[in-house]
Amino acid sequence: MKLDIVVCVKTNPDLQMIRIKNREPVMEAIPFKAGDLEKNAVEAALQLRDSAGEGKVVVLVVAEGNRKVRETVKEVLAMGADEAVLVVDPALANPDQAGVARALAAALQKIGSFDLVLFGEGSTDNYTGQVGPRVAEILGLPQIGYARKITIGGAGVLVERSMDDSIETLEAPLPAAVTVVSEINEPRIPSLMNIMKAGKKPVEEWGLADLGLDAAAVAPLRAVLSNLAEEQDRKHIMFEGGAAEQAAAFVNALIKEGVLGR
Amino acid sequence: MADILVYSEKRDAALELAFKAKEFAGTLGMGLAAAALGEGAVAAAADLGAHGADRVFVSEDAALEGLAVDTMADALAQIAKEAGATIVLVASTRRGKELAPRLAQKLGAGCVTDVNSLELRDGDLVAGRYALGGNTVSLETLGTEIKVLAVMPKTFEIGAPTAGVGQVVTPAVTLQPSAVKLVERRAKEGDAVNLEDAERILGVGRGFGKREDMELAEQLTAALGAELSCTKGLSDFGWLGEDRIIGLSGAKTKPDLYVAVGISGQIQHTVGISSAKLIAAVNTDKDAPIFQLADYGIVGDLYEVVPALIEKLKSV
Repeated sequence: MKLDIVVCVKTNPDLQMIRIKNREPVMEAIPFKAGDLEKNAVEAALQLRDSAGEGKVVVLVVAEGNRKVRETVKEVLAMGADEAVLVVDPALANPDQAGVARALAAALQKIGSFDLVLFGEGSTDNYTGQVGPRVAEILGLPQIGYARKITIGGAGVLVERSMDDSIETLEAPLPAAVTVVSEINEPRIPSLMNIMKAGKKPVEEWGLADLGLDAAAVAPLRAVLSNLAEEQDRKHIMFEGGAAEQAAAFVNALIKEGVLGR
Repeated sequence: MADILVYSEKRDAALELAFKAKEFAGTLGMGLAAAALGEGAVAAAADLGAHGADRVFVSEDAALEGLAVDTMADALAQIAKEAGATIVLVASTRRGKELAPRLAQKLGAGCVTDVNSLELRDGDLVAGRYALGGNTVSLETLGTEIKVLAVMPKTFEIGAPTAGVGQVVTPAVTLQPSAVKLVERRAKEGDAVNLEDAERILGVGRGFGKREDMELAEQLTAALGAELSCTKGLSDFGWLGEDRIIGLSGAKTKPDLYVAVGISGQIQHTVGISSAKLIAAVNTDKDAPIFQLADYGIVGDLYEVVPALIEKLKSV
């Protein structure tokens, strides 16, 4: 069976590289990369495509400009995705989840035919989990969140998903929107050969106008009042000496604090 | 008069939202509506009324069986319209976090998920949530006429029920069964770990060298009278279950004491411990970020320090 899958990928700042200065995150010169859960989604798509034996995996990315997405797109194409579609527009400089969903949904409509659209359950940076469900609602697609196993079969797709305190198995007709959790798989590390090949894969680039959208259509619905690191007031007392000495001082301090209950 | 509408499929979370929303409604001069959906909805109505809801919209429509998210969103959108709700609060459980954006999209509403603080400033709801992988807290407002907020369970206290009873309303909802069918639902395995409510927690990370050493971690856990938890990295090895993860992809805790052993202190983990009253850490690297967060610290080899701690704890 032929299986065409679109994976929506967000480009995230590399969180390990963020420094905090006067409680403000310093974002200059931070590299951008594909989100962790989106890599799980790409891996899931590749496995489904390969077991179907026929079909393609298209990655779809929206961004304000090329700089941030170039590495991301290369990364996921090198994993084995067949093509990429970029929606690049200055109006996407600082969108919220509603705006991104609008752009993704319009791009999916322009792509036209697909069997599955996959997302991470949330982005690595802000983890709102809004984009998948919003896209599903705009396109009227059946939606299944938190997939830890996806199988094509039954009435369309069979998904085992991880909820707060239960595991659910759900079935939905295709096309469907599915978001994945990290336990679904271990994303492959691209080989050098595949990294070389990635540069030659087709990359389509659209602006908002190509999708019949304007800046107002992707304008944020929410305002961010502030985005600061939490203040932490800690004692920073270090115990010196050998292990026994350190352990004794440590335990005595905790007893004094009254936190070692009987 | 506009209403605040609250909903959660989890009883305690729904009551918590109702109780807090009652306070907001009072300040804003709004009414409080609650929704109860699916099996058991009729029984849940009285509780919601006793926790402040003026009206409880109850639907046990057959289409809600299995709690498919699209049908739930459809039901809540219709109830929100019937109730004249301009603020919708749902609990940010996994199901609620999936529901809120779909509902918001239906209502043309802005939405904030995983809200862990919510307050009124000049009549506007200001929602706080972690951003940038937990590096920061983002305070957000919504500019849309209808606002949907998914609030983390246990953000607020559940107040005592009052003598009040909500008026039970049967909403005029028309629902289609979802295309998504529930085939099976089973409880997650493993003993129930409740890190959110634990008073003392030991956290272990990749400073531990092998699976067998989890026994050492368990001995220290017992000596501290604590619950055992870990970083995502350690759980990814399969050494401890995912229900023991603390951090961005796990539990957010607020114990009296958190002891970190062999944890470097990446933000993805520490976001789940920053509310601890006291943080103590053991790590070989004196420059490990965990010490920035620690009240008490030991730089040393955990394989020497942990046995010494166990011995000392047993002696007192």
